[in-house]
Amino acid sequence: MAGLIDLANPTRFMRLSAVVLPGLTGAAVLLLAVGFYLAWFVAPADYQQGETIRIMFVHVPAAWLALMFYTVMTIAALGTLVWRHPLADVAQKAAAPIGACFALICLLTGAFWGKPMWGTYWVWDARLTSVLVLLLIYLGIIALWRTLDEPSRAGRLVAILTLVGFVNVPIIKFSVDWWNTLHQPASVLRLDGPSIHPSMLWPLLILAVGFTCLALALHLVAMRAEIMRRRVRTLTILEAERLDRLATQAGPVQGLPA
Amino acid sequence: MSNLGPHAGFILASYAAVVLVLGGLIATVVLDHRAQKRALAALEQRGAGRRSGQAAP
Repeated sequence: MAGLIDLANPTRFMRLSAVVLPGLTGAAVLLLAVGFYLAWFVAPADYQQGETIRIMFVHVPAAWLALMFYTVMTIAALGTLVWRHPLADVAQKAAAPIGACFALICLLTGAFWGKPMWGTYWVWDARLTSVLVLLLIYLGIIALWRTLDEPSRAGRLVAILTLVGFVNVPIIKFSVDWWNTLHQPASVLRLDGPSIHPSMLWPLLILAVGFTCLALALHLVAMRAEIMRRRVRTLTILEAERLDRLATQAGPVQGLPA
Repeated sequence: MSNLGPHAGFILASYAAVVLVLGGLIATVVLDHRAQKRALAALEQRGAGRRSGQAAP
């Protein structure tokens, strides 16, 4: 908890994130390189789905990350509403476009996988529809951030919307169990262990960790940019006030109203 | 990998979507970071945070 409180200071966060970023980016590049090599050159074609199983290596990590980033945003929303954590709404704002991109990748790759395997790009089943709803919630949150100028007011409203939207996360996860869906049930995160052969499971897990490192690195960079944006906003206001004060001290200019 | 089979187009389209979406995201995040860094440096150089009317040394 003490570590979290230390990180709450934006200056300290900027310093620590600058130290962490190169390592995180390096880990992402290395893991993605190894993962894609294993996925494309070592993992065999599936006995039923053939070469289309290669789509799984990007589709599944994207789905996991879309859910993970929404969960991160929900924790940040609690930080904003309950603890008024100084970095919570910064973290939430920076996470939304990243989560949205992974939800979009999940839907696009799912459609390209669905056409050859199911005979259709899209079907309104519970899993696909709930992931589409997740993307729409992400887009709504991004739009709300852009609508309101004042960051702390926007942060509170977005936090409430984020908490309400979290109800969709367990729906996505359990939709394949609760309803009769065209989408297959879970193959990795199961109580009785993964049902995928290790030759495909390992590349998938390595790629999932690699994409997670990449997403976290992007999140840190986006948070740093947001902290700087708020500092720019504050300094711009201070500069305007200073210039206004100077103009008042100098007195009215001839020909212009005071 | 030598032969992607009859569904090669779908496999390649999936990976193209990943490259496009993630590439766009990375470019947006990095360019925004650079722009904010530049704007902040310019403001600090002008002494925007000072209470007094003095310019930065």
